[in-house]
Amino acid sequence: MRTLITVILSWFISSFAFSQEETKETIKDTTKLKEVLVISRHKLSNYRQEKTLSSIDDYLEKAINVTMIKRGNYAWEPTMHNMASERMVVTIDGMQIFGACTDKMDPITSYVDVSNLEKVAIGSGQEGTENGHVIGGGIDLKLPTSKFNGSGFKSGIDLGYETNGNYKTTGLDLEYTGNKFFISTDGIYRKSDNYDAGNNQEILYSQFEKHNISLQSGYKFSETQSIDANIIYDRATDVGYPALPMDVSLAEALITSLTHYYNPEDKALKSLETKLYFNTITHIMDDTKRPIVPIRMDMPGWSDTFGFYSKAELMKNKHHFTFNLNVFHNKSLAEMTMFSNNPNESDMFMYTWPDIRTLYSGMFIKDEFHFNDNESLVSSVRLGYHNNKIAKEVGAQSLQIFHPSVDDEKNRFLISLASAYQLKKENYNLSFGLGYGERAPSVSEGYGFYLFNSFDNYDYIGNPNLEDEKALEANFSFKQNFNDFEIGIQSSYFYIMDYIIGDIVPNVSSMTIGAQGVRVYNALEHASIFDMYLNSSYKISEGFAINATVGYNYGKGNDGENLPLVKPFSYFAEFNYYTSKFNAALQLDGNGNQSNFSSQYGENETAAYAILNLNFGNAFYGKLGKTILKYGIENILDANYSTYADWNNFPRQGRNFYINLSLVFN
Amino acid sequence: MKFKYIVPIAFIALFSSCSSDDDNITPTVNEVEGLELIQIIVNGEQTIELYNEKGLFETGYNMISLRLKDNITDTYIEDATLSWMPVMQMPTMQHSCPKSNITKVLGKDTVYEGFIIYQMTNEDGSGWSLTLNYTIDGVDYSVSETISVMQYDNQNTASFMGSDDTRYILALIEPTDPSIAVNNMKVGLFKMENMMTFPVVADYIITLDPRMPGMGNHSSPNNTDLTFNNADNFYYGDLSLTMTGYWKLNLKLLDANNEVLKGEDVTDENESSSLYLELEF
Repeated sequence: MRTLITVILSWFISSFAFSQEETKETIKDTTKLKEVLVISRHKLSNYRQEKTLSSIDDYLEKAINVTMIKRGNYAWEPTMHNMASERMVVTIDGMQIFGACTDKMDPITSYVDVSNLEKVAIGSGQEGTENGHVIGGGIDLKLPTSKFNGSGFKSGIDLGYETNGNYKTTGLDLEYTGNKFFISTDGIYRKSDNYDAGNNQEILYSQFEKHNISLQSGYKFSETQSIDANIIYDRATDVGYPALPMDVSLAEALITSLTHYYNPEDKALKSLETKLYFNTITHIMDDTKRPIVPIRMDMPGWSDTFGFYSKAELMKNKHHFTFNLNVFHNKSLAEMTMFSNNPNESDMFMYTWPDIRTLYSGMFIKDEFHFNDNESLVSSVRLGYHNNKIAKEVGAQSLQIFHPSVDDEKNRFLISLASAYQLKKENYNLSFGLGYGERAPSVSEGYGFYLFNSFDNYDYIGNPNLEDEKALEANFSFKQNFNDFEIGIQSSYFYIMDYIIGDIVPNVSSMTIGAQGVRVYNALEHASIFDMYLNSSYKISEGFAINATVGYNYGKGNDGENLPLVKPFSYFAEFNYYTSKFNAALQLDGNGNQSNFSSQYGENETAAYAILNLNFGNAFYGKLGKTILKYGIENILDANYSTYADWNNFPRQGRNFYINLSLVFN
Repeated sequence: MKFKYIVPIAFIALFSSCSSDDDNITPTVNEVEGLELIQIIVNGEQTIELYNEKGLFETGYNMISLRLKDNITDTYIEDATLSWMPVMQMPTMQHSCPKSNITKVLGKDTVYEGFIIYQMTNEDGSGWSLTLNYTIDGVDYSVSETISVMQYDNQNTASFMGSDDTRYILALIEPTDPSIAVNNMKVGLFKMENMMTFPVVADYIITLDPRMPGMGNHSSPNNTDLTFNNADNFYYGDLSLTMTGYWKLNLKLLDANNEVLKGEDVTDENESSSLYLELEF
């Protein structure tokens, strides 16, 4: 321990002594439909990313279009435009990967860590169809690109501590980069105990523990061709879900890929990238830590996906084409075993996902046409063939209890179209886009069997006969600069036809003890979702800036009822100071009263809240490398609050002091 | 070097000789394949073999296959007529139980079949005897033998007094292999006319409400009431089972005038009907 302290101290001293280097601030451009979050831990300031060791979830939450649904302190579910997982496609560097939990306790974002990624590309609405068919949008978690720049050995250490929950993070990464070969590896370990909400209220079952290691290596055959292999192994254990009746004893993912790059020079074809991939997920829900349950149960789930994509970039005249051909196959299987309180009765068993196979093949074409330096038109189309198959005979039979006709197989042809006009001038930016998209129901929506939703307290049954969900979309954004003052607006409107949602089936008894009843997935004729964000920033002086964002969201079905999980009026304001070696920010984050809640789907009126955060960052540059230190206080006033996106209104973290330290050895 | 040729040749010779042995024997079809022998009853020149799938009698519905062998010629008799009478000896009286006639199995030469529904037994399986009467070439024979009837784990048959002061016997016949699905449910309903006569009851209705007491009395949707099928004299309905485990099939028996003869609705206050069958898988 003493040697460690000595090392760190001497590191600091050397850093102070040789501070020279400059970093550039990455400021989020809110007028871009395609939002990119930079996840490099080793930069002083990524806009609003105050912790270098944030989870991916934390990073995503900072994006304007993304809100995270929380069921605990781990594995948050991203939503875009008030639409959750089933209306989005989340991919890891173009690889399809699907959670293995029937209760959405393992969004894909929980199987990677910041150390695995370089950036996150967020495509709003139909702009996000590069990797699949979406309504709300697509998120692609980008792995680091291979580099052959001969920079040699590099290493880094990350240490983090947060007082609330006694949350410890340790990370280590090593890399060697030659001119023809590189290899890099990193590991990260996180462990948190139960956290406290405001007023020292301990939130039971909010603990988690996670290990993540990854290995990436590449070889460059020639100036134009290289190959890259990547393996990520992620294992979370003892994850508590305070908002749910069950926890997770294991969430494990192995994500592998092999990528070939071809970058011919001086040709119309700029790049050709082909990736083969395979990933497997095991997710085990259990309730052994809960002292009192109506009945003990085990709910394991598995999801295996393999596939490939081939992506080409072409530049010709004023056109920039992107072609992406992708094929994948997924197997989703989940089961539930309940152990009767009467030991003489045999265990109760069912398939909650009866081995559903999804085979998808599709083609994406995008053209970015530049009329001139200022104007461009981006158009894209995705065509896909989607096939679902129930591999277990008992799966089809069990669904026949609810649906008179259930076919083993279902084929769908899906289409997504989008077009956006962008105008960029010195003082203002403008964009306007239209889109049309279709999506197939998710495995749960199509084939789930008695999936308990603790939010509205109903058991859900899938419906294999659902129509495709279709959406018409319009979006608009505008940004204007007046010297040091900038104001921007962005807005999206979705008119969704055959909006998939659960319908109560009267007089059907729930399976889950204590549930109110059963809903079968069905569709509203149509639903409308609208959101608008207004943001402004003012640069007071060289280092000082102030910025603020307010948001308005709306979602209603054709029956006039509110849709669930629609964000209420929200606001965010930040006062920050920034130099190349130091930054500080005071943040105010809040939501208005959630008055347009959906009582039908288990929501109640979530009260307004506001919290204050204060954060600091220091960068020290030395001969050996650099040191990034981030520290601050979250929820300074120790408010006890929950937001509309907190499952069953369980309260969020109270006051928290944190410190993150990253050492990078060049 | 030659050894490697000799071995396969030797094998071929061995196997081909084996198969040629088989060819020489006239193929005999085992007509009771897949069935287990329950008991052999020897009656002078004949032997009666009793079979079913489990190889034992249990309370509830028993489908029974029989063969009748001529002990002298050691061949099975193909054109006999058979009937039977199971009897349970009680301390003060004796009674029989619902049963079918014995008929020749379609497509088989030597096998006869029928069913018996044992509504009760003693703990040790004792108490029952079976009398078989049969006619071969105009000659009548009869034999009685003690049989063992074991208690089935679950309640697969119910014997009860209806509100019309008639004693009824209800037995679960299908599903024999239940699955998480809409299962075809088949029951037999008989009334006790006297100690020895149990005729089929036709055109009543049996309502069905399957429940899982272990799961907070969870029920399943889209079950149908059981109705009488006069083609085979059984009652049929749809039974939805949403998971494996222990199911209590709560029933109500209604007569042709929709009068409830036995059973009650399951409600929050009333966990179970007094008329029920059990199923576990």
